[in-house]
Amino acid sequence: MSKKAKILIIGGLAISLVLGGVVSYFASSHPDGLEWVAEEKGFLDKAEENETQSEMAPIPDYEMPGIESDFAKVSIAGVIGTLLTFAVAFGIASLIKRRKQAATA
Amino acid sequence: MHIPDGFLSMPVIAGTTAVSIAACGAGVIRAKKDLGEQQVPLLGVTAAFIFAAQMLNFPVLGGTSGHFGGAALAAILLGPLMAVLVMAVVLVIQALVFFDGGITALGANVFTLGVTAAFVGWGTYKGLLKVFPKGRAGLLGATAVSAWISIFVASGVCALELSLSGTVPLDVALPAMLGVHSLIGIGEALITTAVVATVAAARPDLIPALSREPQGVTA
Repeated sequence: MSKKAKILIIGGLAISLVLGGVVSYFASSHPDGLEWVAEEKGFLDKAEENETQSEMAPIPDYEMPGIESDFAKVSIAGVIGTLLTFAVAFGIASLIKRRKQAATA
Repeated sequence: MHIPDGFLSMPVIAGTTAVSIAACGAGVIRAKKDLGEQQVPLLGVTAAFIFAAQMLNFPVLGGTSGHFGGAALAAILLGPLMAVLVMAVVLVIQALVFFDGGITALGANVFTLGVTAAFVGWGTYKGLLKVFPKGRAGLLGATAVSAWISIFVASGVCALELSLSGTVPLDVALPAMLGVHSLIGIGEALITTAVVATVAAARPDLIPALSREPQGVTA
């Protein structure tokens, strides 16, 4: 991997980890736009929670289970999510790139 | 704007999911053609940034909050089809790992926050680049407007999905969704412009509109 690519990954991940792992603690807990409209217009109660989905989700609602500290549970969730998203997206892109090279070789 | 389960009817779920799957397939084909050495890490970093920035709900008037979407940003950097792929990765992880956004609504969420926002954002961006003055000011102006419009239109499409599902009448949902997201879109415009300005300063080669040999600019 080129030096430029490494700097991009390290720099981009550093910024993202600060946002997901630190700044996320200060995020507003007010309902978001859609949730607010649903509440205001009286259809929020139509929302259903899929039990399998909620039970299978390892970090429901961006709070790491089993962690007491309010800061740490959000911070850990943010760090894991950021790294996981990078790994999945980078992995898919690498796979596609490799198959492209294999096809042209 | 993540739609939970229970808000959408089967036909709306089926239709939006079909389009989302087709768009992701087209995204993979496009990536196979366009993905250069630099775009592989860029795609990963863009997805990671969008995930992290989406956690940051900022307060909007009257007890509401909004958060970053990211489709316009991804489209500006990677083109709209690869932006759909990026958004799909983020939304799947949010639904499966963080229980954010319904599992049956996943296809609709990819359609709204991915396909719609990416193509509307990208189309606006490309159109404005032709009209605005060349150079960074024009680039950043086009970025800001297209980011705002991507969220504004996506919220309208979300209202349309809700009304087609019989959850809420369109004349109730549409003004409410457009109204609050016209404010949330300002946050989207600020964040997207800040990131594009940073990338333009540090790595102008990663912005197809600035580089001489455009990569990934065609749909």
